[in-house]
Amino acid sequence: MSDKLHFSLVAPERELFSGEVDQVDAPGSEGDFGVLVGHAPFMTTLKEGWVKVHEGEKVRTFDVKGGFADVTPAGLTILAEQASEIV
Amino acid sequence: MASLKELRNRISSVTATQKITKAMQMVAAAKLRKAREVAENARPYAERMTAVIANLAAGVSGPGAPALLVGTGSQARELVVIATADRGLAGAFNSSIVRAARDHIASRLNEGREVTIITVGRKARDQVRRLYGDRSVGAFEAGNAPAMERAQEVAAAIIERFENGQADIVTLFYNRFASVVRQIPTGKQLVPPQLPEGAGAIDLKGASYEYEPDGETILATLLPRNIATQILSAMMENQVGFYAAQMAAMDAATRNAGDMIAALTLVKNRTRQAQITKELIEIISGAEAL
Repeated sequence: MSDKLHFSLVAPERELFSGEVDQVDAPGSEGDFGVLVGHAPFMTTLKEGWVKVHEGEKVRTFDVKGGFADVTPAGLTILAEQASEIV
Repeated sequence: MASLKELRNRISSVTATQKITKAMQMVAAAKLRKAREVAENARPYAERMTAVIANLAAGVSGPGAPALLVGTGSQARELVVIATADRGLAGAFNSSIVRAARDHIASRLNEGREVTIITVGRKARDQVRRLYGDRSVGAFEAGNAPAMERAQEVAAAIIERFENGQADIVTLFYNRFASVVRQIPTGKQLVPPQLPEGAGAIDLKGASYEYEPDGETILATLLPRNIATQILSAMMENQVGFYAAQMAAMDAATRNAGDMIAALTLVKNRTRQAQITKELIEIISGAEAL
């Protein structure tokens, strides 16, 4: 098993992010959560907030309004209703 | 035979028409490229959405599963959603969608089912009003660019009818974009959703799914969202197909205008030649008579 998490962030208009990362923090409707590789299968709705993507030392932040997160052994997928990157 | 003056007028009028069709063809080609890009960018979302639902549906079944997922158990009332473009001048693009929907509706009516119709796009609205005036229960415009807001309005109208018990099945008709020269009128069942076979079988490696909040609550928000997404992708496919069809139609029109100009020019030249010959004969016979 690779030691990286496959993460993709998709909005209705386009895919904002897809790739291998170390960790993702997301705003779940029942509380914020972090996902590392090998996380248990898990699905939740999201509230408005920031999704932080950790790639080594770098952290990219996306503003997300509503949507779903789906964690499977294949990785994490976030289906956002609206999303944009905060630079 | 038409006079020389008339022929010249007709040629200049056809030339003007040709300029317009040529311009429309080029505009459609440029817009096609753009619409294709938009549709391709939006594809991952729709695909993931289907995968997530298939995944959830495998876990949530039996009694208590939402009706939007498993249906009402009846098939008596069907809601047909017909999505076309707002504009014409694109060959048989719009009417081929309506024809496919009409065949479907006719067979449903034959089976004694009740059919109501919601249209998306002005062309669908006009044709449906003519064919089935009293069955239409809602009409939306497609708009300049496919927008999620519009798709959500349509989805809300569908869900309202479903929840009021006015529809058991929802089917969507649109043109699937196969290639620039081929758009396939397609009917797709939206409610209950047809999930790709085997898509729900994600290997969880022995672990079990955890839902936050519970699976039913997630489905209750996800299913309406999915209907909007499906409608949006149908609108996007339509948009791409429309420009492709318009490009082809305008290309044919430009070529027809070219043929017409050639034919008219030939007639014009013959007429001119005949007139010159006639004038020469008049001069010569006039001279001979002296």
